[in-house]
Amino acid sequence: MFNTMKTVAVAGAVTAALAAYTSPAAAEEKVKCYGVSLAGENDCKAGAGTTCAGTSTVDYQGNAWTLVDEGTCTEIDLPDMADGTPREGSLEPLDRDLPS
Amino acid sequence: MTVSQAQLHDALLDGARPAPAGLTDGHGRPAGGRFAVYRNNVAVALTDALEANFPAVASLLGPANFRNVMGIFLRRHPPARPMIAEYGAGLPAFLDGFEPLGHLGYLGDVARLEQALRAAYHAADAAPVDPAVFEALAPDALMQSRLTLAPAVRLVRSNWPVHAIRAYALEPGAPKPPAQPQDVLIQRPEYDPQMTTLPPGAAGFVTTVAAGHTLGAAHDAALAEAADFDLAQTLALLLSGGAITEITPGETP
Repeated sequence: MFNTMKTVAVAGAVTAALAAYTSPAAAEEKVKCYGVSLAGENDCKAGAGTTCAGTSTVDYQGNAWTLVDEGTCTEIDLPDMADGTPREGSLEPLDRDLPS
Repeated sequence: MTVSQAQLHDALLDGARPAPAGLTDGHGRPAGGRFAVYRNNVAVALTDALEANFPAVASLLGPANFRNVMGIFLRRHPPARPMIAEYGAGLPAFLDGFEPLGHLGYLGDVARLEQALRAAYHAADAAPVDPAVFEALAPDALMQSRLTLAPAVRLVRSNWPVHAIRAYALEPGAPKPPAQPQDVLIQRPEYDPQMTTLPPGAAGFVTTVAAGHTLGAAHDAALAEAADFDLAQTLALLLSGGAITEITPGETP
C-alpha cells in the first residue's frame, strides 16, 4: 500500500515536471555577438592558457564576442567611436577597435 | 655531461637547490643566474594560470596573499598533465588543509565550485533525452527506471553559502552571502555552464541518480534529507538544463 502511494507520487511529479518543461529549442537561441564586450569581459570560461580567457584588452574589441539572444546582436546600444562613426555589434568578427 | 628531465624538474621547483650540475648557459659556463630566471618564469606562469582558473579564490585572498599561497601550492602540486587550462584540480583539498587560512573555512569549497565550472565547460557534449520517454513509462517501470546524466553535470555540496560567496567575490554590487549551506548544481545546456542553488533534498536526489540507482531510490534518498522535497521541481530543472541524456526503463514483473 505504502509503495503504491509512493509510485503514484512519483508518477504525478513526473507528469507535473513535463508540464512545466519548455524544451531548450523553444528557448531563445544564443549567438556569438562580436564587438560589444567591455575589455576583459568577453565570454569564456575555458581557463588559463586558452585563447579567450578574458583576453579582450579594449572596450568593444571587434574580434571578441559575447553570447546574446538571437536577433539582439545588432541592436545593442553602443557609444559612437572617437571619430563619430556609430558602433554596431556583428555576427562576424570586426576589424575595428583592435588592440594596438 | 647531460641533465635528466627529472633533475631539471626538481631543481626548477625547489629554490634551495643549485642549478643542475652540467647545465650550461650556451657559452659553456654553468647556468647559474640564467637558471634562476627560468625558475622564476615557471613559478610566475603557473601562478598566473591559477589566477585565471580560480578568479574567486584570487579575489577573496587578494593579489599578494594569493601569490604567496599559490607559490606554496604549485611546488607541492606541480601540473600532472600538460594542459594548463586543467591545472589546479588539487587546489580545493590543499586549501581545506592549509592551516594559515583555516579561518577562511569556505575557501576550499569556492575552489571546488570554480574547478567544477571549468570541468563542466570542457566536458563532452551530449544530446538531452526526449522527455516524452517519461510519458511512455507505466508508473511501476518509472519507479525502477535509471537516469543517465550528461558529462557536464556537476554537483557541489557545501556547508557554506558557496554560490553566494563566489558571486560576492566576483560581481560588483552582489549581496552579502546569507549564513546558510548551499548545494550548487552545474548544467551546461549550451556553451556555458549554468549554476543553480538547489532546494532541500535535491542534492540527495541528484547524487543517488548519478550513482546509478533507480528513480524510486533517489526519491527516497531525497525525502530522507528533506521531507518536503519537490520531485517535480527538480526533474523540471534537470530537463530544462539538458542534464538527462538517457532514461533506462526498469524491469516490470
